Amino acid sequence: MVDVTNGGRPDQAASTAPAIELKGISKAFGPVQANKDIAIRVMPGTIHGIIGENGAGKSTLMSILYGFYKADAGEVFIHGRKTEIPDSQAAISAGIGMVFQHFKLVENFSVLENVILGAEDGPLLRPSLAKARGVLKQLAAEYELNVDPDALIQNLSVGHQQRVEILKSLYRQADILILDEPTGVLTPAEADHLFRILDNLRREGKTIILITHKLREIMEITDTVSVMRRGEMTATVKTAETDPAELAELMVGRKVLLRVDKTHATPGKNVLEVRDLRVKDDKGIVRLKGVDLDVHAGEIVGIAGVSGNGQSELLEVLGGYADGTGQISLNGQSLDLTGKHSDGQSRRARGIAHVPEDRQREGLIMNYFAWENAAFGYHRDPKYQSGLLMNHRAMIEDTERKIEKFDVRPPNAHLTAKNFSGGNQQKIVVAREIERDPDLLLVGQPTRGVDIGAIEFIHQQIVALRDQGKAVLLVSVELDEILSLSDRIVVMFDGEIMGYGPAETADQVGLGCLMAGLGGADTEAMQGWTISDAASAEPVDPSKSLIEAVDEKLHQKEAREARKNG
Amino acid sequence: MDRMPGWADAILVPLISLLLAAFLSALVIIGIGESPVAAFKLMVDGALMRSAGWGYTLYYATNFIFTGLAVAVAFHARMFNIGGEGQAMIGGLGVALVCLYIPWPHWSLALLGSAVGASLFGAAWALIPAYLQAKRGSHIVITTIMFNFIAAALLNYVLVNVLRPVGAMDPATAKFPDATHLPTFQDMFSTAADPMFRGAPANVTFFLAVIACVLVWLLIWRTRLGYEIRALGHSEPAARYAGISPVRTVVIAMLISGGLAGLMSVNTTQGEAERLILNSIEGAGFIGIAVALMGRNHPLGVFLAAILFGFLYQGGAELALWTTIPRELIVVIQALVILFTGALDNMVRMPLERIFLSFRRRKS
Repeated sequence: MVDVTNGGRPDQAASTAPAIELKGISKAFGPVQANKDIAIRVMPGTIHGIIGENGAGKSTLMSILYGFYKADAGEVFIHGRKTEIPDSQAAISAGIGMVFQHFKLVENFSVLENVILGAEDGPLLRPSLAKARGVLKQLAAEYELNVDPDALIQNLSVGHQQRVEILKSLYRQADILILDEPTGVLTPAEADHLFRILDNLRREGKTIILITHKLREIMEITDTVSVMRRGEMTATVKTAETDPAELAELMVGRKVLLRVDKTHATPGKNVLEVRDLRVKDDKGIVRLKGVDLDVHAGEIVGIAGVSGNGQSELLEVLGGYADGTGQISLNGQSLDLTGKHSDGQSRRARGIAHVPEDRQREGLIMNYFAWENAAFGYHRDPKYQSGLLMNHRAMIEDTERKIEKFDVRPPNAHLTAKNFSGGNQQKIVVAREIERDPDLLLVGQPTRGVDIGAIEFIHQQIVALRDQGKAVLLVSVELDEILSLSDRIVVMFDGEIMGYGPAETADQVGLGCLMAGLGGADTEAMQGWTISDAASAEPVDPSKSLIEAVDEKLHQKEAREARKNG
Repeated sequence: MDRMPGWADAILVPLISLLLAAFLSALVIIGIGESPVAAFKLMVDGALMRSAGWGYTLYYATNFIFTGLAVAVAFHARMFNIGGEGQAMIGGLGVALVCLYIPWPHWSLALLGSAVGASLFGAAWALIPAYLQAKRGSHIVITTIMFNFIAAALLNYVLVNVLRPVGAMDPATAKFPDATHLPTFQDMFSTAADPMFRGAPANVTFFLAVIACVLVWLLIWRTRLGYEIRALGHSEPAARYAGISPVRTVVIAMLISGGLAGLMSVNTTQGEAERLILNSIEGAGFIGIAVALMGRNHPLGVFLAAILFGFLYQGGAELALWTTIPRELIVVIQALVILFTGALDNMVRMPLERIFLSFRRRKS
């Protein structure tokens, strides 16, 4: 592989055998055809992106390659040799490494112990650990994969945990690396670091398959990209010869608006007023440190921030299922933050509707029928009762109306929630909440795990509610979503508000700094923005790149929390 | 996508599990040196072929319906109430107090009164574990099983020191007044020409159990409370999001569960013994777990499973009477049924699912 260190681009290496070649892969789960006659060629030393909506069959394909599923038909060639992959052991010995979206690490083991787990050289650990330590050192130097080998996994940031996963694969001599939605859990800075690592790996001749639904990442790092739609490979193109709009069209099969069409907001009176809101979680960690926030009628306020910086707690307190201290008032009347009148029912009675961040855990009962879910939270409404019993007929009719209006597919109120795709599940939740005509709509991660077609629809519904003069508070970790949907943006970091201002003047770099708790020149350049004192304006060390400074700051925060956690 | 049709899930899976359990039991019987065919015939003859046999089978089934419903209701709130035994014991105390100290004019009123007493006492016994679970997070399995022991000790104390008639040697209450005597199946269905259910303990409480099945079905699937109980059972975060108080719902579900377990004592105490004795429950609280497991926590399933276990109980007694097969074998058979329907459910389910899938694929 010496001669392909950097020359493995598909255009220059026609003579080399592809690192991975799949021919005619098909896989069905019952009546669902997850993969249909998939063919793909990935040349060594390249990064190949696989992009597609949720449920397009990306993960199934990679699971076949990693030996989790057996294909119904088709062949796999690794470096030109036909290879059977009946299980993950075979995949590993064929040189394939996989980094899952949800890491498979032992939380209370050290990095070293995790790396050798399952690849120990003998019954005694000491020699394996010593060997691994040496290898890790070498890998760290080669690829910027720095992790403290003795740190416990539970004390590491997600970005570092992901590096451990990559190290695990490399330690097992993988030269083909599959990453499944690797940036879903990362901060922008961590994602940039990951991409640098991937770039280094490519330079050393490793082959990388990147599964994602984020177009930007595909454009940024891949050499070639395959698009999947409904189990089929619709196209494979060179990244340099395509653009995001074309890819998006290939993904959904039609042109989509990546920007939300909306008119200028005309904010009215103040609907939600939050003053000095503080929240301590059940471990005693302070999650919100005095938050002040206003949301007016007829505007969408977007809360930007890396996940885990207090946004969830803010929604929970407003939604009535976490206790807090401070003052919150709705339409000028204050809300109870503890006690009997601080629950989801009383919040709904006051006109607060809530699309929760995690629809599968909170927003829906996955084993309930659509018609049961479409009343969930409002099930005590007299219109759903008849005497002592619930009025199932009314609930079903109500659901069928919502299904039609919100284009839920399949349009069947008698399916359980788990039988709908992510996007249609979310439509059920959004329909339920918006149809109550609330004064304030709380929306958490409205489009997480939702396909592009449904994203567009859900965004339109949220904007339509705003245009009716309702107040909307949006929390999302997708900066694109915040930027395109919000009228005003508030940035949170570590339980505090770092700054707020109009969405038109916000820019990605400035928001990125605020999301990491930094002030500085980039944030001051945003017109009309108020930067809070909490955003440390300390000039970034000129010897370090901005990304490293952000990284360090986040790391400090995590170390602080780890200490508090004991 | 559901992997197989509902009827297969509800009927085929338990049926195959049952056949597997029967097959293994047959092997055990062969090992003892008896004929499994003869043993099975004896069980069927003894439990199902005579009206008196049915009278015993349904008597046991009545107990198991109540305790099975108790486990099922708690299970819908994802509470594993294994304290049915204790709740039934204390329920028996309620029955005894109601029957002994209130002068009832007619058995029907006495039945209502003792049902209220039994369910209140049973519910009260479930309240403390429920509260500890809901408020303090003490695991309901641990607390309910400990409360079984406390109930046994308490009952022992009360029977020996408080309720035992002066001069009696037996740790039991006095016989209940005749007015509280519940009509047995014999009283109800026998004619002079055609004696039915002779000597069998099955009584009018059986119909109470059937009514309880219907009411529990209505409660779980048709009322708001049932909707909230099931929601909490499926996902506590979702329940909190919806404003369903987990504490309140857990406590209510456990009170209903305890009340149902307590009701069982109407059958054993007022219906059969007509006085409160020390060991009237005889493990029915635990059988209720198996009944609920096998009946998939659905009242109809619980009803059918209770009849099956009633049959096993009565048939087992016949076996012990007429063959060298010890009564304990019945415990083995019951254990095998529990093992296959409860613990090894997936062993049957997964191959079945695969068969259905391939069948469906061939069709499409």
